[in-house]
Amino acid sequence: MPQNEHIELHRKRHGYRLDHHERKRKKESREVHERSHKARKMIGLKAKLYHKQRHAEKIQMKKTIKMHEQRKSKQKDDDKTPEGAVPAYLLDREGQSRAKVLSNMIKQKRKEKAGKWEVPLPKVRAQGETEVLKVIRTGKRQKKAWKRMVTKVCFVGDGFTRKPPKYERFIRPMGLRFKKAHVTHPELKATFCLPILGVKKNPSSSLYTTLGVITKGTVIWGKYAQVTNNPENDGCINAVLLV
Amino acid sequence: YVRASRADSGRMSVDVERVLIQLQDETGEVLGSPFDVPLDISPDKLQLVCNALLQKPVPYLFFVKDAEVVSSLGSCVQELGLETEQVLPVVYQPQAVFRVRAVARCTSSLEGHTEAVISVAFSPTGKYLASGSGDTTVRFWDLSTETPHHTARGHTHWVLSIAWSPDGKKLASGCKNSQIFLWDPITGSQIGKTLTGHTKWITWLCWEPLHLNPECRYLASTSKDCSIRIWDTVLGRCDKILTGHTHSVTCVKWGGDGLLYTSSQDRTIKVWRAKDGVQCRTLQGHAHWVNTLALSTDYVLRTGAFEPATATINPQDLTGSLDEIKEKALKRYNSVRGEGHERLVSGSDDFTMFLWNPAEEKKPVARLTGHQALVNEVLFSPDTRLIASASFDKSIKIWDGKTGKYLNSLRGHVGPVYQVAWSADSRLLVSGSSDSTLKVWDIKKGKLNADLPGHADEVFAVDWSPDGQRVASGGKDKCLRIWRK
Repeated sequence: MPQNEHIELHRKRHGYRLDHHERKRKKESREVHERSHKARKMIGLKAKLYHKQRHAEKIQMKKTIKMHEQRKSKQKDDDKTPEGAVPAYLLDREGQSRAKVLSNMIKQKRKEKAGKWEVPLPKVRAQGETEVLKVIRTGKRQKKAWKRMVTKVCFVGDGFTRKPPKYERFIRPMGLRFKKAHVTHPELKATFCLPILGVKKNPSSSLYTTLGVITKGTVIWGKYAQVTNNPENDGCINAVLLV
Repeated sequence: YVRASRADSGRMSVDVERVLIQLQDETGEVLGSPFDVPLDISPDKLQLVCNALLQKPVPYLFFVKDAEVVSSLGSCVQELGLETEQVLPVVYQPQAVFRVRAVARCTSSLEGHTEAVISVAFSPTGKYLASGSGDTTVRFWDLSTETPHHTARGHTHWVLSIAWSPDGKKLASGCKNSQIFLWDPITGSQIGKTLTGHTKWITWLCWEPLHLNPECRYLASTSKDCSIRIWDTVLGRCDKILTGHTHSVTCVKWGGDGLLYTSSQDRTIKVWRAKDGVQCRTLQGHAHWVNTLALSTDYVLRTGAFEPATATINPQDLTGSLDEIKEKALKRYNSVRGEGHERLVSGSDDFTMFLWNPAEEKKPVARLTGHQALVNEVLFSPDTRLIASASFDKSIKIWDGKTGKYLNSLRGHVGPVYQVAWSADSRLLVSGSSDSTLKVWDIKKGKLNADLPGHADEVFAVDWSPDGQRVASGGKDKCLRIWRK
């Protein structure tokens, strides 16, 4: 038998004392008086600590009592009609208060400067170099390994001309170059096929942004849309418009 | 051409070129045979000719190939560069006989509402004025003394839309708690039962036209819960429920041919048969919410048997038995409708409007582009020749009512234009905007006629009385203003 169960064991075997419940009740009611006696008579550091603790306890008690009371008196609020009546044609529109418009504009400008947008896919798996760039061996004996080929879909601008083959370090194959993306408007659920103007940011690395590599999570320019699929697997770019 | 020259002593020789013209009306029917007139004839003389031929003393406007003849026929011809050797077709358009005077001053500011005034409507004869507000009451105002008449209490939330029955005997009001009440304007008390059934707020109410049913029994209501309900107001219950839209239904119009047109935020407009509630057509084409609809016969359906030309200073109720009223309404409706079917124009959040011929085909007649922000309200002029569109880009654009061609842009407001209202003779337009002013525009000149400041906050609702005497406007500043000349 475990050490701490002897009282319970005795109670199981022999039952409670005959006056147990009476004594328990009376002791509990005496406790209140004893507590208040102690609180009055305590002095010194002990008293300070005790009073601090008791104060916190009392605040909590008051809060719970108020919460319980609120539930009873809730009906009064429902009768009042809310303010700000607007005609039916303005109901579904969020009317911005004039003060807010200015601050919103400033906030948006700051965000754009910092390069942060509210994107539908905030966390995307970062793609390492070995995945995105494939090593191409060159040279008479195929020993030189300074060239890299991009294995993901990329975007090059209109006026793009390759560097002389001898000097180009990054190869973007023509088969993987895309000019158009399928952009979905999230509210209207309509999809349009629109030309890409540029790659704004690739979350994996700034190198990929400069190269124009498009992977899942890239923000492409035009009206700022974020890519939602893996284009190298599907053969097309699907994106969601950022509004 | 025949040269007629006069050589007289003391008088300069006058060479007057003459040209053969053929008068036609708008549908292309010719009037009489071609005859020749001097090239410098003015519209007044042409009008005398027309009056003589038609024996109707009505003012006319004359058009040569859609260009109006303003000063003289000659200048018009010169501008267009037309040949004078051939017979020139000149189209004449009858204008309204009466002339509505522009409103210029605020005669009273009626306080009483404790919250913003959301909707304002004159009764079809112009005798009563009702306004719905955010303080959940509908108030009736006495127009001869311009004081409050009755306050109708009963709604539990904002009164979003009100609609007069075409005979002017009942007013229906819908609120944000999806209830519809019917009120009697004379006593200000409720008629019948409260019509409940919708699950979300009521966006628009429309009565059945008078010439289809002179008792004014059926009422159509649309709501954010994507359904349209047709109510029998005599029995106080819902007759039909039309479902089919997938988003909130923004507007409903009951056409004069027994068809119902509804527009919705799901970018479509649906055409239903009112008799059995069957959907006939879906008109697609918009790229964003469709906010508003307007029928070419809107004005005549609203006024029913009341003829604005016979209006008197003190508006009167409609008299006559049900059959007489029905006859009158039917006659007026047929004359306005003309040969073709009703035309429908829809305004949307995608900054464009479409002109449809919904009774016949699914494809739009024209797409009206040009606005730079969402179109909040479109309205046909009472003579159905012009369309006015109010938009959040602070301008109002006027378009041709038949072809949808862009005519004019009215600029002047400094805030989004919320609502517009035509005067009964189609010559003046009043617009209310969020910049708290109303502006009266002269359509012929295409310019501002009068600027009516006075409201303290945004103007939410504007209405011109059908007899043309008064304009009422209500807004966020909780007071209702009446304007007269």
